[in-house]
Amino acid sequence: MEKKAKRIPQDGFNRFNCIKPTTNALFTLIFVLLAIITFLPVVFVFIISISSEASIAQNGYSFFPAELSLESYKYLWQSKDYIGRSFVNSVGITLVGTLIGLVLTSTLGYVLSRPNYYMKGLYTWLLIIPMLFSGGLVARYMVNTQIYHLKNTYWAMILPGACSTFYVIVMRTFFQTTLPDGIIESGKIDGASQLRIFTQLVLPISLPVIATIGLFLTFNYWNMWYGAMLYIDSNHRELYPLQYVLISIEKNISFMARNEDYFREESMKNLPSETMRMAIVMVVVLPIACSYPFFQRYFVGGLTIGAVKG
Amino acid sequence: MRKDNLAVKGEAAPIRKKRRKFTWDDLELTLLSLPTIAWLIAFCYVPMFGIVFAFKNYKYKPGKGFLYSLFVSSKWVGLKNFEFLFRSPDIANIFRNTVGYNIIFIIIGITLPVALAIMITQLYSRKVAKVCQTAVFLPHFLSWVVISYFVFAFLSTDKGLVNSLIVSMGGEAILWYQDPKYWPYLLVFINTWKTFGYSMVVYMATITGIDQSLYESAVIDGANKWQQTWGITVPLLRPVISIMFIMNVGSIFSTDFGLFFQVTRDSNSLINVTQTLDVYVHKALIQSNNYNYSSAVALLQSVLGCILLIIANIVVKKIDPESGLF
Repeated sequence: MEKKAKRIPQDGFNRFNCIKPTTNALFTLIFVLLAIITFLPVVFVFIISISSEASIAQNGYSFFPAELSLESYKYLWQSKDYIGRSFVNSVGITLVGTLIGLVLTSTLGYVLSRPNYYMKGLYTWLLIIPMLFSGGLVARYMVNTQIYHLKNTYWAMILPGACSTFYVIVMRTFFQTTLPDGIIESGKIDGASQLRIFTQLVLPISLPVIATIGLFLTFNYWNMWYGAMLYIDSNHRELYPLQYVLISIEKNISFMARNEDYFREESMKNLPSETMRMAIVMVVVLPIACSYPFFQRYFVGGLTIGAVKG
Repeated sequence: MRKDNLAVKGEAAPIRKKRRKFTWDDLELTLLSLPTIAWLIAFCYVPMFGIVFAFKNYKYKPGKGFLYSLFVSSKWVGLKNFEFLFRSPDIANIFRNTVGYNIIFIIIGITLPVALAIMITQLYSRKVAKVCQTAVFLPHFLSWVVISYFVFAFLSTDKGLVNSLIVSMGGEAILWYQDPKYWPYLLVFINTWKTFGYSMVVYMATITGIDQSLYESAVIDGANKWQQTWGITVPLLRPVISIMFIMNVGSIFSTDFGLFFQVTRDSNSLINVTQTLDVYVHKALIQSNNYNYSSAVALLQSVLGCILLIIANIVVKKIDPESGLF
């Protein structure tokens, strides 16, 4: 295997036009190193999460802990009502958000891709302007909390991120370049409404772009924490997504550390231990790390669609 | 050139149809797009009126509601909010951090991924290239919260790996989260770690799309790898690079809040090197409820970014008429 990798390519043209074997070895080394640097922290945190409390207290975080234990995951399982709840929250927000996001982006993308649509020009401007100018964080926060009353609701974490100009443009470009005109014409001749054409003719043949945007949205919602930080206060812990649980643990610890005099040993003990915190990190990271290699091509594809100027 | 343009315009004019009537079909499409348009108006356009915060001294009037308080009972103060802002002693530092980090991020964020993308497409083994590409893509999918825990595992004062290594080699443990002198480098490194894989893949997709016959004819003309890179690959990457460049310049006044707030654990001792405009706005809003300053800053950010985006686009188009965002 190793030998094969080092061999100069034999196929046709590449045989005459390739880098020297030493350069190839050097480049390979660089990329292997980069790959290791990228994965090292994930592996490290995983090892911490399966280390025993005692060995961490003794040696600190280490790649080679004195003793392994699954205690932290067991505790995690026992604190189901908090951690489990926030896991369910994260999953729920991700599913609902992705679904809403897909409906919003695909419908407008489809409408904008129709060459003869009456308000195409107006809609395009309506879409582009938010990319250039926004009211800013304060305005967004005040409008969402004071007018829409989203504070301390799930919707605060779902609605504001459901749609974006970029996603709509990707959708539109895909529909523009790949939908055969004949299909829509034939639907119209058969007397189907645009809604029917869209759901029964267009969507089934647009799975690649649906997958791409769906994945963008899924990862965004899974990684969402800023929404929770802004809109969910500490009296509504039952709404926390996993990402925000991590932040709030960290906050509590630094708060207690700053006010050490007020807190007894016992209350410090109630905090999740270090291994447990790292175990929560793993619960967040593992689904991503295990799934993204399979979805990667959609991301690359989506980017190249989006890069086409429109 | 000029004549061509005229000719094209002359042809285009008769083809353009008269304003059509609004048909049944249009109505159906409008209904189909209604939810998204409603979303755009609710979450993008309504908040735009919030810029009045920047010119008012907002005071909530109990029992009267938010809109009344903002538009009617709060006093107009003109540009006073901006004046206060520029008199605040931190502001120069905040601008320096924001723009400074962004310039470094842009330079590294373009040169490094382009170089790596060119390198990885040269590897003999497709398999090694594929595996490495997949591996370095991972950080793109991780949130700053998770990354802040990664960083903590290495930099924690009493248990972190780096300090253990330093101590075991006889050195003295470093209080990483209290010493600002390391953080400019750390932040640049962490940001590069998170973003380079993604950008590399973007450039790679463009490189693999380049017509092979260009390289074939270059080889026949006796060009070596180095000449091919500078003569073919880089010029063909230029449109993508310029789009990336313009977008980055347009957001030079905004930074990744997660990087500067979460990863640094909001440590007060580091504030000199980590406070950027976004962190400032967030803190003014959440911690001190100062709506007026923070929205003045946000407005400034938005307007300056918009202007810069347009300027960058003009400059790029001057240099290379084929490139540019719009």
